[in-house]
Amino acid sequence: MMTQGIPLYYFLIISTLMFFIGIFGFLTRRNLITMLMSIELVLNSVNINFVAFNSYLFPHRMQGQFFSLIVIAVAAAEAAVAIAIIINIYRNFRSIETDKVNEMKY
Amino acid sequence: MTNYSYTLLIPLIPLAIFLITGLAGHKFKPIVSGLTGTMGLTIAAFLSYTTAIRYFFIDGPANGMYPQIKAVSTVWLRFTDTLHIDLGILIDPISVMMLVVVTTVSLMAHIYSLGYMKGERGFARFYSFLSLFSFSMLGLVLATNIFQMYIFWELVGVSSFLLIGFYYEKPSAVAASKKAFIVTRFADLGFLIGILMLSFTTNTFDFITLTSTSGPIIAAPAGAAFVGISVVSWALILVFIGGAGKSAMFPLHIWLPDAMEGPTPVSALIHAATMVVAGVYLVARLFPAYALAAPDALHVVAWVGGFSSLFAAVIAITQIDIKRVLAFSTMSQIGYMMMALGVSGYGDHEGLGYMASMFHLFTHAMFKALLFLGAGSIIHAVHSNNMTDMGGLRKYLPITHITFLIACLTIAGIPPLSGFWSKDEILAAALHHNPALFAIGIGVAGLTAFYMFRLYYNVFWGQERHYHHTPHESPLVMTIPLMFLAFAAVFSGFLPFSHLVTSDLKTFETHTDLAVAIPSVLIALVGIGVATVMYRKPNSLPDRVSSSIKGLYTASFRKFWIDEVYQFVTKKIIFSGVSRPIAWFDRHVIDDTMNAVGWLVVTTSERIKGFQSGQVQQYAAVFVSSVVLLVLVFVYLFSN
Repeated sequence: MMTQGIPLYYFLIISTLMFFIGIFGFLTRRNLITMLMSIELVLNSVNINFVAFNSYLFPHRMQGQFFSLIVIAVAAAEAAVAIAIIINIYRNFRSIETDKVNEMKY
Repeated sequence: MTNYSYTLLIPLIPLAIFLITGLAGHKFKPIVSGLTGTMGLTIAAFLSYTTAIRYFFIDGPANGMYPQIKAVSTVWLRFTDTLHIDLGILIDPISVMMLVVVTTVSLMAHIYSLGYMKGERGFARFYSFLSLFSFSMLGLVLATNIFQMYIFWELVGVSSFLLIGFYYEKPSAVAASKKAFIVTRFADLGFLIGILMLSFTTNTFDFITLTSTSGPIIAAPAGAAFVGISVVSWALILVFIGGAGKSAMFPLHIWLPDAMEGPTPVSALIHAATMVVAGVYLVARLFPAYALAAPDALHVVAWVGGFSSLFAAVIAITQIDIKRVLAFSTMSQIGYMMMALGVSGYGDHEGLGYMASMFHLFTHAMFKALLFLGAGSIIHAVHSNNMTDMGGLRKYLPITHITFLIACLTIAGIPPLSGFWSKDEILAAALHHNPALFAIGIGVAGLTAFYMFRLYYNVFWGQERHYHHTPHESPLVMTIPLMFLAFAAVFSGFLPFSHLVTSDLKTFETHTDLAVAIPSVLIALVGIGVATVMYRKPNSLPDRVSSSIKGLYTASFRKFWIDEVYQFVTKKIIFSGVSRPIAWFDRHVIDDTMNAVGWLVVTTSERIKGFQSGQVQQYAAVFVSSVVLLVLVFVYLFSN
């Protein structure tokens, strides 16, 4: 395997970094599109985890890799829905800044 | 056995007419409603007479005993297999007798009102209420069980309320209708509790079972005693309180004089002849239970009746409103009937008081309705209720005069008019049972003769007043009922009541007891004589007599301040002693607790509502940090 020489924790560090960068972006960016991109980062860090654990723990099985494929498919579907919502929000508010879209409050 | 199920029509015809004239009356001319009501009542009266003739004379007693027939019966509300409320029709001597009384007087009131109420606003409404009343009263007398009676009991209360308040623009009429309703309703509370106690101990509402000598009350009285009086006695005393309220017995009589605010035909029908005797009818209905299982309760009935009759007679002497004189006279005569029931025993000649009471109920209905309708005719002629505005009317109202005189002689108990026979039986029963009550009865007979003739002379003789226009005799439609009732008042005394209506449904023989008849006629003649001397010609004697017994006169004129006592008790004691503290507690303790809870919720939510800011990312931050926290907790918990 190509990953033979690289220890597992390198992958884990990378995925953890990606996860928290994604969370940080999700919580701090005001633009809905950017928030959606941050979510993609979070999902991809999960994918890295799946693939890495799969090839280190069970090199002769493929479940982890298939699972990451499913996650990618779901992420694509989710992006489609999210963008549809965002377009509708834009039509109603002429803005996709989250701090301007705050009708649903007390 | 004859099929009596057609008697269902007797109450249902007035009900149908009530619905038709009540809902659609405004679409026709008023007279149409009046004629429809009168026609319907004519049919009902015809059916009642048919029933009476068939029951008493064609079928007659079977094996010496009148049968109690349930002509119609359906289960209306089932609690358990044994305890259920039925609606039905009970045919027995007293209910058949009451059918005749109610439909006769109601028919007379209907015919009379065609003239008396002519041109009044709400003529159609008046007739629909009269029909409602007739329906309710007929349902009451035909009830097969005590709960059905209670239902119709309240219905007659409502119709009485509606008819007393018929002139609803008049504040006094509104006040009187409320007073009548509240006082009788208060008494009905006793009735209801009595019913519940009775049904709890006996597991039945049915009159036939309750009064059967082998039934659960009489044969096997159950239940513990309370304050030395058995449960059945308490229950029957409570039931009697309901009856006392409806029948205006002391101290629940205060509504009856005020009820005279209603139109006069209503006073004749409801507040003289039918509804007010419902209490007597109720006691008579349960009479075997009273007589055999609860003699204590029967004593209460006797003394309340006796006292009320004396009390009302004393008040009636000084009243100047002719309808109020008649109202107190009604109360006095009903007291007589109650007293007769109270002194009666059960079975055979012992049950003389029972028979006398029913007899008097019958004759009283006729002559008192006649008196009221006569009074209505007088009021119609002079447009006033007060005796002081009347006098010398005998020339102007010849028919009213003659019929009124007949009624006065009847109520005074002059033979051979009907009042003599029934009163004689009551006094005979009282003498046999309790001399003190006999003395009261004799005294009341004298007072009755006196106050009736005081009324008679003041209206028809005495000083002729200045009238706005010459009084004229009422139209034929009003005088025909007067003549009919006068006929009934004269001749109904010859009905052989001891062969018709008796405590144990068997017949017995009566004879006139001269030891009773002679004193009662003598004292009546004395009463009439005194009234003649005092009131026939204008003189100063009445004033001198009243000023010589000033205290008693004032007490009687002010009706012994019973109304004031009620005012004092309700306003001063109950309102300020009980209601005010409770209201204060409600306003300050209960309300404030609720307000504090509300305030707490409002303040808390004010404080924390900023949390729901609408900023999605704040929510996300909370969510993420909570998850992180949870993860840390789980890691800590499960790491070792």
